[in-house]
Amino acid sequence: MITKKETVAMLLAGGQGSRLHLLTERIAKPAVPFGGKYRIIDFPLSNCVNSGIDTVGVLTQYQPLALNEYIGNGQPWDLDRTYGGVTTLPPYQAQKRADWYKGTANAIYQNMRFIDKYDPDYVVILSGDHIYKMDYAEMLEAHKKNEADCTIAVFDVPLAEASRFGIMATDAEMRITEFAEKPKEPKSTKASMGVYIFSKDKLFKYLEADEADENSAKDFGKNIIPAMLNAGERLYAFEFEGYWKDVGTIDSLWESNMDLLGDRPALNLKDREWRIHSRNDALPPHYVGQGAVINNSIITEGCEIYGTVINSVLSAGVVVERGAVVRDSVILGNVVLRADSTVDYSVIDADTVVGKGASVGKEIALSKGITLVGGGLTVPEGVSVPDGVLCDDNMLKELSANKGVM
Amino acid sequence: MNAVGIIFSSINEKSVYELTKERTMASVPFGCRYRLIDFALSNMVNSGVTHVGLITHYNYQSLMDHIGSGKDWDLARRQGGVKILPPYITAFANTTNFLYNTRLEALISIRDFIADCKEDVVVLSDCDTVCNLDLSAMIEQHVNTGADITLGVKSSYVSQDSNRTVTIVNSDADQRVTDIADYSGARSGFEDVYIRIMVVGRKYLEELITDAIAHGYTSLTKDILVRNCKYLDCRVYKFDGYFATIRSIGDYFSCSMDLLDPEIRRSLFGINTRPVFTKVRNSSPTSYIDGAIVRNSLIADGCVIQGTVENSILFRGVKVGKNTHIKNSIIMQDTLTGENVYLNCVIADKNVVIRDGRVLSGHETRPFFIDKDSYV
Repeated sequence: MITKKETVAMLLAGGQGSRLHLLTERIAKPAVPFGGKYRIIDFPLSNCVNSGIDTVGVLTQYQPLALNEYIGNGQPWDLDRTYGGVTTLPPYQAQKRADWYKGTANAIYQNMRFIDKYDPDYVVILSGDHIYKMDYAEMLEAHKKNEADCTIAVFDVPLAEASRFGIMATDAEMRITEFAEKPKEPKSTKASMGVYIFSKDKLFKYLEADEADENSAKDFGKNIIPAMLNAGERLYAFEFEGYWKDVGTIDSLWESNMDLLGDRPALNLKDREWRIHSRNDALPPHYVGQGAVINNSIITEGCEIYGTVINSVLSAGVVVERGAVVRDSVILGNVVLRADSTVDYSVIDADTVVGKGASVGKEIALSKGITLVGGGLTVPEGVSVPDGVLCDDNMLKELSANKGVM
Repeated sequence: MNAVGIIFSSINEKSVYELTKERTMASVPFGCRYRLIDFALSNMVNSGVTHVGLITHYNYQSLMDHIGSGKDWDLARRQGGVKILPPYITAFANTTNFLYNTRLEALISIRDFIADCKEDVVVLSDCDTVCNLDLSAMIEQHVNTGADITLGVKSSYVSQDSNRTVTIVNSDADQRVTDIADYSGARSGFEDVYIRIMVVGRKYLEELITDAIAHGYTSLTKDILVRNCKYLDCRVYKFDGYFATIRSIGDYFSCSMDLLDPEIRRSLFGINTRPVFTKVRNSSPTSYIDGAIVRNSLIADGCVIQGTVENSILFRGVKVGKNTHIKNSIIMQDTLTGENVYLNCVIADKNVVIRDGRVLSGHETRPFFIDKDSYV
């Protein structure tokens, strides 16, 4: 039996994503739906498979049920392999200790045996909260060419936003000279994408040293990378050009969904050379009724459209009844918009019903911000959910008691 | 009751030769994202029939490509699962060394498969049975009545003027068959028509096959059912949901258009516990670009729509260019239409390219058919 894999990918998928509020109440951030029929984790998983990496460990911790079920045996991504494939790696109890994952580095540290089983030369560390299409094989080529110990993918961000990211300063050969996590005065605009390739031996060496350090936060950005830099290891940046978005907030999640719209979308999911795979239910095609108006939107299987849909992304099984209007919104699975309801500049979580004549949010030009409606709720008939709020069950009770006036 | 399914994947092909030139009847595309066999297979899986043999004939490449390991129907199994049963022909001369023509001959050629099954009951189905039927109820009725054979029937309007052959089954109040007739239009009116789904005991089927070999019978319907229905305990199972009968390209067109009716869609796809499975292609959602106008149409994923689509069925990956108007048409997978195209009552097979400014029109009784991979 072949016991060696050149590269193993480790996908950090245990994050809570607290800035996504109601969307991550019951699911981990990587399981958050995106683009009509995907979940965030489809992007790094598909990137792995399309880059020729067939051994992926998915580290789960926060609310893993939906994520575990979604990944299953990995079949939709062709990762149901006899040797390798996808393995979910939850925290576990060992003889001498039982720990939650205390940081990104600790999570990998606890799964060093999994990596060792495949005896890889390189380990790719990925995070499960970014939307992008990237060929990791090209990055690995650069890693090998530079004889690097660690290569970090970087993305050019506007200077004004640079202080939100881990920022790299490099020399002309792209060797990293300085690294600063969320610097107040950024020295460059090369932001870390949270994609690392390590030579395995170096990775293990620094993970073990970091684990021994009690004061460490056990984090790649805060501890491992600075330690390697200080020791003079060969760290290189790999410049990525293309679409990349951190979808950690409701606003960025909404924006990234909007990037799928139009004739030449910023993020093209129709590229057959780089398919994004996902697990889907068997649903019938979508039906567009007489009198429906659909403009600049994407719609997927199982939807029934009788009303108006403008600048929006509709997930599977959404029903838009006659007279209902959706504008500038992201509607997740099986949401029903009853007759004459209006949804503007909102994100509506799965299985929610917007009652007859009810309204959610305000026209984008007049709105204070995105309205987020939680999953499995019912917005009662005629009630107006105001703009820029997080609408949960309690708020709906209040709203219906006050007939929508707040 | 455990049952094994057998599907005839190459039956009735001559009736829609346009669509079956390069594929089996079973793999004829239907309803935006399905192939005809998806309905028969899903009916089986949803009723717990998870051991299914697919009898093939010529040209079953597209069928094998569609079925793959059977994973999409949950039929990639160690125990049972889906098995493709290619024609039984050996390099040596022997009595079974011929390519079958009829269902009975096909069954003779898979005698070993039937004998090796462990299940007590066999469900035989044609591949073009577009319906959502609860087979478990049919099997239950078969077992409870102790019948030798149970035939699925649906009350349908039979027209005298039609040149189509239908099998009409008469039965009494106990669902017992009193007569079976292979007709082509002796009278008009509502009749119980055999939908080519049959439940039969496995041992009994083996006996029928042995007997058929001994007597040189060739037709399951004519030689066995029609002749013997009065002596056998043959019953009917009445199905009242939607059932499509596709015996011509005109039928194909009208049955496809049936799907635009919400009641029919509900009858086929709206039963939560009985979804219709198909091969998943991982297409991205469909994009509606500014200027798109779509009315009363069924649209699969992966399309890009810039023009107007009315009363039509679009399969996966279809592109509709600017100012293009598609009306009353069926456009199959990956077909591209340029700008200023006008289509009315057209069936475009897979991978067709229709260039800018082309105007094509058929009629609902005679839809204009464009071959796979052609260029207009």
